[in-house]
Amino acid sequence: MASEPETKKTDFWRALWRSIGVPLGAIVLALLIGAVILLISGANPLLAYSALFQGAFGGASQISRTLEKATPLIFNGLAISLAFKAGMFNIGAQGQLVFGAIIAAFIGFAVKGLPWFVHAPLALICGAIAGALYGSIPGMLKAFTGASEVITTIMLNYVALNMTDWLVGGPWQDKTTEILLPRTPEILETARLDQGRLITSGLIFVILSLYLALMVYLFVKSHKKIRMAGKTTREFFTANLGSLLVALIPVILVGLYLLDLLQVGFLIAVGGAFFIWWLLERTTLGFEIRTVGANSNAARYAGINVALIMILTMVISGLLAGLGGAVETTGVDGRFEPAFNVGLGFDGITISLLGKTHPLGNIPAAILIGSMKAGSNTMQFEAGVPKEIVDVVQALMLFFVAADMIVRYVLRIKGKEEKVSLTSGWGQH
Amino acid sequence: MESVWRFLKSKQGITIIGFLVLVILVVVFYSISPNQTQAVLNSMIRHSTPLILGALCGVMCERSGIINIGIEGHMLLGAFMGYMVNVWTGSLVLAVAASMLTGSLMGLLLAYMSIKLKLDQVIGGTVINILALGLTGYFYTVGLTTSGKIMTFPLGPLADIPLIGPVLFNNGFITYAAIVLVFVLHFFLYRTPWGLRTRAIGEHPEAADTLGINVIRMRYMNVLIGGAIAGLAGGFLTLESVGSFERAMTNGRGFIALAVMIFGNWSPIGAWGAALLFGFATAMQTQLQFMGIDIPHQFVGMLPYVLTIVVVAGLVGRTHPPAAEGKVFEKE
Amino acid sequence: MNQVPVLEVRHVSKQFPGVLANDDINFSLNKGEIHAILGENGAGKSTLLNIIYGLYKADQGEILVDGQPIELSNTQDAIRHGIGMVHQHFMLVPVFTVTENIVLGSEVTRNGMLNMKEARQKVTELSKRFGLEVDPDALIEEIPVGVQQRVEILKALYRDAKILFLDEPTAVLTPQEVGDLFKVIEQLRERGVSIIFISHKLKEVLAISDKITVMRRGKVVGSTTPREANERILAEMMVGRDVILTVDKEPARPAEKVLEVKDLTVFSDQKHKAVDHVSFDIRAGEILGIAGVQGNGQSEFVEALSGLRDAAEGEMILNGQRMPFKHPRALVEHAVSHVPEDRQKHGLVLSYSLIDNMVLCTYYQPPFAKGFNRQNDAMRENAERLIKQFDVRTPNADVKASTLSGGNQQKVIVARELSRPVKLLIVNQPTRGLDVGSIEYIHSQIVKIRDEGAAVLLVSAELDEIMSLSDRISVMYHGELVATMDVKEATREKLGLLMAGVTPD
Repeated sequence: MASEPETKKTDFWRALWRSIGVPLGAIVLALLIGAVILLISGANPLLAYSALFQGAFGGASQISRTLEKATPLIFNGLAISLAFKAGMFNIGAQGQLVFGAIIAAFIGFAVKGLPWFVHAPLALICGAIAGALYGSIPGMLKAFTGASEVITTIMLNYVALNMTDWLVGGPWQDKTTEILLPRTPEILETARLDQGRLITSGLIFVILSLYLALMVYLFVKSHKKIRMAGKTTREFFTANLGSLLVALIPVILVGLYLLDLLQVGFLIAVGGAFFIWWLLERTTLGFEIRTVGANSNAARYAGINVALIMILTMVISGLLAGLGGAVETTGVDGRFEPAFNVGLGFDGITISLLGKTHPLGNIPAAILIGSMKAGSNTMQFEAGVPKEIVDVVQALMLFFVAADMIVRYVLRIKGKEEKVSLTSGWGQH
Repeated sequence: MESVWRFLKSKQGITIIGFLVLVILVVVFYSISPNQTQAVLNSMIRHSTPLILGALCGVMCERSGIINIGIEGHMLLGAFMGYMVNVWTGSLVLAVAASMLTGSLMGLLLAYMSIKLKLDQVIGGTVINILALGLTGYFYTVGLTTSGKIMTFPLGPLADIPLIGPVLFNNGFITYAAIVLVFVLHFFLYRTPWGLRTRAIGEHPEAADTLGINVIRMRYMNVLIGGAIAGLAGGFLTLESVGSFERAMTNGRGFIALAVMIFGNWSPIGAWGAALLFGFATAMQTQLQFMGIDIPHQFVGMLPYVLTIVVVAGLVGRTHPPAAEGKVFEKE
Repeated sequence: MNQVPVLEVRHVSKQFPGVLANDDINFSLNKGEIHAILGENGAGKSTLLNIIYGLYKADQGEILVDGQPIELSNTQDAIRHGIGMVHQHFMLVPVFTVTENIVLGSEVTRNGMLNMKEARQKVTELSKRFGLEVDPDALIEEIPVGVQQRVEILKALYRDAKILFLDEPTAVLTPQEVGDLFKVIEQLRERGVSIIFISHKLKEVLAISDKITVMRRGKVVGSTTPREANERILAEMMVGRDVILTVDKEPARPAEKVLEVKDLTVFSDQKHKAVDHVSFDIRAGEILGIAGVQGNGQSEFVEALSGLRDAAEGEMILNGQRMPFKHPRALVEHAVSHVPEDRQKHGLVLSYSLIDNMVLCTYYQPPFAKGFNRQNDAMRENAERLIKQFDVRTPNADVKASTLSGGNQQKVIVARELSRPVKLLIVNQPTRGLDVGSIEYIHSQIVKIRDEGAAVLLVSAELDEIMSLSDRISVMYHGELVATMDVKEATREKLGLLMAGVTPD
């Protein structure tokens, strides 16, 4: 009889293993193959990986840099994950991100005379809206003409690239320096995200207190219910371990923020992930999005406006990507430069799949990829290993997480997952 | 009369009209400014070669029902391996062979992922793109020298024809090969049993299967050949055009190749027309700057992509992607 | 008859999970014979054909061609032995021409190149010889279904088929096209081709075949000829009389008119007129059963009434109020419930839990949502209550719908649709493929909702179901309601004839 909570516990670990086993296995396999490549090319994998780790997590500034790198990745992963939920493949989140970034930069340098607490949010909001509008184009094309979003978003990526290229070389060029570079002027101090740290800290403190109070309230409430159902407190804890851990994340984050380890942009990204999670799991709109993705015929039967949901999903997806770009501009770069984060869209695909398209799963996945990006320079410097090995490892991760049957075979993970069909050919239907 | 009108309104019709207008424009420009015109056309051919080779890879794969968005990756790795073999051996023949072999190995990977592992094909292509970016970046070392690149060789008297001669008949081997391949593939696709079967497995693999066609083997083979052609596109960059390798040097050409293929409605000759058009747009970008004309070159540069969107949305004409594309084929 | 049959099937059995699809089948086909295999849906006709064509492997038994036993491991073996098949769903490449489709896989070549000229000649010749008129250069997607079928037949003949299987060949054809097909079949017979013709349409079978074999529930129940049989005899053999499920119910007490449909015309996906100016009404407290052989427009009819398909013409008046077409939510909000024909395509989201499936149509209404917020407790309570109430066999409410058996999946749908106030219930093929227990349960629920005062529209291809549940019965034939009668006046024979298109004059 006493073993009952025990089995509960193993059940929990088994469920956890079943849900994160494949991504973990994919990461390990990718790192192993990466090590083989390093060995073949005459490098010491242990040295390389430890330098990579040092460069990513070796100290406060490294961690801060990792989280900074992870910020736009979270947004990108979220944008792609959300689209996946509605059965669409937003492979061109990059374009939406770039648009968000440049519009945020424009608001940042062109609008003058605003106090920071208006200016910075305004830049973010405009960037997000730019991304949303850009995302709505493939959404509408898909809903009304059936044009595959895979093609249209790829093409729109390059349209965005050319468009921003023109803007930074023409109307929005920085003309303050001697040598004209293709980039926008620096944004005003008031538009920068790390402004008013004291006040934001205070604000965050208030929000955090409210959050904790809410958590305690919810905890007591559901605990009472559990007790009435005749279960012990211990059972309650083991059964809700996952949600308790998740509830702790914001507390940890705010701590890190107050310790100056991360930017407010990262907080916004994590907030975004929680918001999307809430949207998908707890709202009727989220239910509609998921139903369209899971079975569009049943969605139609249920009275859901499938075309509208497709467009709306792409709008939100674009909004997330655009917000990611805006955060990067206003929080890190301080201006828009054309070589801006090329390839983020593809990173987003890896992250989304590593996170199993779960909004919260995107956070650790983005931190992982972000840490590889942040640590790669140290690795190159200290171990003499070209930093592009992290791209190879990332490609392998994507491969293994997508080809989950290999990982399942290697790790003996039981349970067949329902394969999500992400695309269905392209062109008209 | 009505059929003529219908033809003119069709995609081929529009392409042909566009082509004729271009020819007339070219002649007019040539009479005004021969040197500049020739420079633009030469640059058009140079820019269109990797595009058409990449697009032919796309045609091969997609006609057999496999979506390939990894053309960029095939190209980049092909360019790299071709370059490295050129550095090591100094043999351009071996180098070209290496770039093609590399491309087809990537094709094999894509085919394995999409046919055997039943991966989503778009993800499979993305894996190849990132992998190529990483591998070439990792193994690339600066400061290598080669014994040379593929030289242009004029095709006898043909090269002396004014305007056309220097543009079409004074090129390097891969450029000629690309043009020949366009026609060869077009011919094979529409005039041989292999082509008929290839088109059938891309449209309705079950029907082909009931008639005894080995769908899976054909798909493997075609994706392999397609990969080799994309590898050759990479080889063109490092062995004939630029002569050296740089990180990420394909610079999105693989994706324009995709646009070229769609714009050419999945046919080799159509794709060639699109590649020339896109190549022309690229050539004009630089030319406009020289001429001091105040159209931002980026607007010319985004034209191919906008046109492709317009085409896939069915706003002008209609594209006909192979019906079974991206779908896993399962034998009963 | 002393001749060796061209095809003989001996003791063939085939077991599928849960069903014995073919049970010791014996059957033979003579040269130049048109042999019809008659049976209801699920009688095992297609399974038998697929075994002979090499698509399925029989568990036991043997197949002989010209008296020689043959080994069948794939369709190529069958083709080599001169067996050709016209699939119910055509295996044609839509963007290819007729000639290309016919020669695909065994092309006419010259020096390794396609010789389309000669191929076209061959096709023209073949089509002349067998009287199968086709334009060899036409694109498949541009020709009517009847002609596409001819192309399928030509495909088999091009490969020298001596035995031709036609699987439900008339299911997709218009009456005129059926006439043409029959002419073709007779010409084929004259040229020595033996034909197996699968159908569940009595009239056609009597019109065309030389010999008729009737199958029921995986077994051959008898053989006859058109001369010895008539529609009545065949209907009896096909449907059998031993298994009639009885449903206990009181006589209906029809009240006010709930649904009135006027001149409803609906087109199918293939742009055929599937429902042709249908008018009817249903009163509260009665069940109107729509009988008919499958494919006579019932699917489109129900889809139009349930908001999934647009109507070309007509009006739908619900409780005196005109309803829009193609607006499923409006129907939900006017207390219309719908148990769809295809439970996995429309009825359920298989990857969702039962909790989510139970609120599929009402997820946005209180108590399941407050504004944007979904109310998990209310939804869970709802699911758990319905699981208990409707006896859904499941470990809990959190399992995915895909893990349930067909019967329990259907119960989930029925539970969901009956869990809200119902004024009109539309059910289409509610018990297809279910076990007896589930069938009885679902039947009792349908009667119960009627007794509670709902109007019920029941569409089913199962005559038993229609007869035991309905208060009034209409027969649908070729998109029209050809007759409506009280259940007391209905007999199996009468309905069978109406379903076959025989109207008493």
